[in-house]
Amino acid sequence: MIETIDTSLIDWSRAQFALTAMYHWLFVPLTLGLGVIQAVMETIYYKTGNEFWKRTARFWMKLFGINFAIGVATGLILEFEFGTNWSNYSWFVGDIFGAPLAIEGILAFFMEATFIAVMFFGWNKVSKGFHLASTWLTIIGATLSAYWILVANAWMQYPAGMAFNPDTVRNEMVDFWAVALSPVAINKFFHTVLSGWVLGSVFVLGVSSWYLLKKREVEFSLASIKTGAIFGLIASALIVWTGDGSAYQVAQKQPMKLAAMEGLYEGGNGIGLSGIGLLNPGKATYNDQADPFLFNIQIPGMLSFLAERDMNAYVPGIRNLIEGGYPTSGGTAALSANEKIARGKKAIKALSDYKTAVKAKDTEAAKLHRAALDENFDYFGYGYIRDVSELIPNVALTFYSFRVMVILGAYFILLFILALWFEHKDKIKDMRRLQRVCLWSIPLGYIAGQAGWIVAEVGRQPWAIQDILPAGAAISKLDTSSVQITFFLFLILFTLLLIAEIGIMLKAIKKGPEEITEN
Amino acid sequence: MDTYNLLQHYWWFLISLLGGLLVFLLFVQGGQSLLFTLGKTEIQQKMMLNSTGRKWEFTFTTLVTFGGAFFASFPLFYSTSFGGAYWVWILILLCFVIQAVSYEYQAKKGNLLGKKTYRIFLWINGVLGSILLGTAVGTFFSGAEFIVNKGQITELAMPVISVWANPWHGLEAVLVVWNVILGLAVFFLARVLALLYFINNIEDADLIPRCRKRLIPEAALFLLFFLTFFVHLLLADGFAVNPDTGEVFMQPYKYFSNLMQMPVVLIVLLIGVCGVLFGIAKSILSSGWKAGIWFAGTGTVLTVMSLLLCAGWNNTAYYPSVADLQSSLTIGNSCSSLFTLKTMSYVSVFIPFVLAYIFYAWRSLDLRKIDSKEMEKSDQVY
Repeated sequence: MIETIDTSLIDWSRAQFALTAMYHWLFVPLTLGLGVIQAVMETIYYKTGNEFWKRTARFWMKLFGINFAIGVATGLILEFEFGTNWSNYSWFVGDIFGAPLAIEGILAFFMEATFIAVMFFGWNKVSKGFHLASTWLTIIGATLSAYWILVANAWMQYPAGMAFNPDTVRNEMVDFWAVALSPVAINKFFHTVLSGWVLGSVFVLGVSSWYLLKKREVEFSLASIKTGAIFGLIASALIVWTGDGSAYQVAQKQPMKLAAMEGLYEGGNGIGLSGIGLLNPGKATYNDQADPFLFNIQIPGMLSFLAERDMNAYVPGIRNLIEGGYPTSGGTAALSANEKIARGKKAIKALSDYKTAVKAKDTEAAKLHRAALDENFDYFGYGYIRDVSELIPNVALTFYSFRVMVILGAYFILLFILALWFEHKDKIKDMRRLQRVCLWSIPLGYIAGQAGWIVAEVGRQPWAIQDILPAGAAISKLDTSSVQITFFLFLILFTLLLIAEIGIMLKAIKKGPEEITEN
Repeated sequence: MDTYNLLQHYWWFLISLLGGLLVFLLFVQGGQSLLFTLGKTEIQQKMMLNSTGRKWEFTFTTLVTFGGAFFASFPLFYSTSFGGAYWVWILILLCFVIQAVSYEYQAKKGNLLGKKTYRIFLWINGVLGSILLGTAVGTFFSGAEFIVNKGQITELAMPVISVWANPWHGLEAVLVVWNVILGLAVFFLARVLALLYFINNIEDADLIPRCRKRLIPEAALFLLFFLTFFVHLLLADGFAVNPDTGEVFMQPYKYFSNLMQMPVVLIVLLIGVCGVLFGIAKSILSSGWKAGIWFAGTGTVLTVMSLLLCAGWNNTAYYPSVADLQSSLTIGNSCSSLFTLKTMSYVSVFIPFVLAYIFYAWRSLDLRKIDSKEMEKSDQVY
């Protein structure tokens, strides 16, 4: 009997990973953002000796702690899910992918774990200087851990610094710096961490505004709003720059993702950027005649500019990417998806033949098959694709998530400018409408972050590793029912813990920055 | 020994060291399992929670790093064991997940489930977490049921190279008596270490004498299970590897032979066991002595490290397959490439530096012992 992988197993494994990642990303960005803000506040306390800043820093630290614990919990599951649910992936690229994870543990997690205890429990046990250093080292550790996991994620989107070894049947690292310093990794790191800084700032603004609405803790709130808004504005300005870098990287390395982000089916020269658009739900396939949009307002030439730095440059659409034939930057005609699938199958067949020849000690045949494998390896993952439609990610989800992220990003810039301006003019404490807007912007910060990850991860489907391994071939061989059970286990547990976290957070906020107990 | 071979041994040494550190840090779990047994009053439970609660991150991080280092250095283990023994690893992860929030949330208002529930979560992690980890490590000696076929990647319909050979996906490990005995040995060791840590870290006229008293039955149970497992290990057939062909075969007294053929490992093991026994015995006999945790802790690291070295060095299959002997994992057939092991070895140079700052921060926090006054008056407590 020929064994097969149940497609529902692939879907449930995807769902479980997505669930864990999305929950994890509810907590991590606040850790990254709030961590820096509280460290800045403690630094002011260290410099001025003003107890007001100690009390302010400690209040945000308390919220940081409540949030941190659950982020750690979801992160543990995420790391081990690479093994539990994506075992083929773990072998096929573990030689490269495992390294950043181990470095993350050795160099970042231990720093975080060591100094967070000093940060929380050391106020009266260590010197002021050592405490401040511990606060900074905690957030540096958290940020470094973000770096290494994003190096790993970026490598999946743009596999660099590796070579396939047919004898071990896996990809192996040949250039560590190409992995660790890949342009996709660097850009992704800054873009992601900055998004955490923005969320941290929105959170500080929102919570402080709640106190102003309740006419409590006015001095504390105004100081927090000022710190948060300055920090948020700097982060927002930088995020525009890294966002542009992200779009450029996607255009170069993952053109299908870019096409999905834009709902672009027909490419061409001088393509406009879709500003506001409504996709046509009647568009069923990539090559039917239905218009992809019910309406679409474009900025002329902007997509070409963002993708290629040239208003007139060619940008392929989904149909072009599937059917091929368009001119590539190298001057050749792009292969069609079917041609890539055929070459992928050749690569897989060549690997099989190579293994047989090696076993039979037929060196000549092995050499020939190895050459065929090397020639076609760039398309290895396509060999597992059964139908070209599998190569198209969910366009609607990617398209709308991208717009949600960008629109909210622009909105936050405006919010920070307004908050800073009216704080500077000493008016914000009386502006109840702006205070309410700040308060209700907190969930928007989370939505923006989730939307960003949906663009990054849904947009790259079906690939676990771009062009090399689709999710369907990256999987662990489990019963679908096992993954269903763990999916719901995690869903219930994470949801319960999230409700508990929100409950504790609300109580702590209601209590406010209490007086400090000195022993 | 060529460079590649040397690096494989070096990385197995680091994995073994991390394993040893992880078992030592399970004193956090041991403390959780004793929460309701020893903590007679709210203040006592609070002291116990704060004592282990300021260290849980180390245990957690060591587990994560243990996983990460295994992934980087022996990825075939990561894919085979985690993807195959699915349920046992998921259960361990769940235990650690509920622990991660419980310290922080248990005493906070608005925590949804109530203080008692979070403390029960900690107790569950303390009992199940350590027993399951020990049971999982037991499979390093008793074997597991999996098949590895790297050629499977070319089968388009089912390209998964590591498959589990039974539908229990790891749960069957608890049916092997020797795995469970090792699990129980780890559990009671964790409790012994927790008692020693409380003696070192808490000042309380009622709790600490009871900790010393409690050491006797806990240490007796630990020794019973550990010695049973150890004697069995010395007498058992082991999974040997022919270094020339890579063929795995059963060899009588393999682990005993390993210790004889690696006298340094044997000496380290004996020093470790003596350290554990000395730490326990002197803590029982000298009522004012508080340093037992350091002797027993160091002893634990050395003992566990030596046992893991015994499982992977000297041409031994460290993760044997009882479903297909030739699928067994060795440090040679499951490791990363030479380039990756080399690169990661440069990173490992930072480990002493990491250990140094952990020691410094740990010492800074522990200089002042936990007492009931701090629990009552300070706002910097769980």
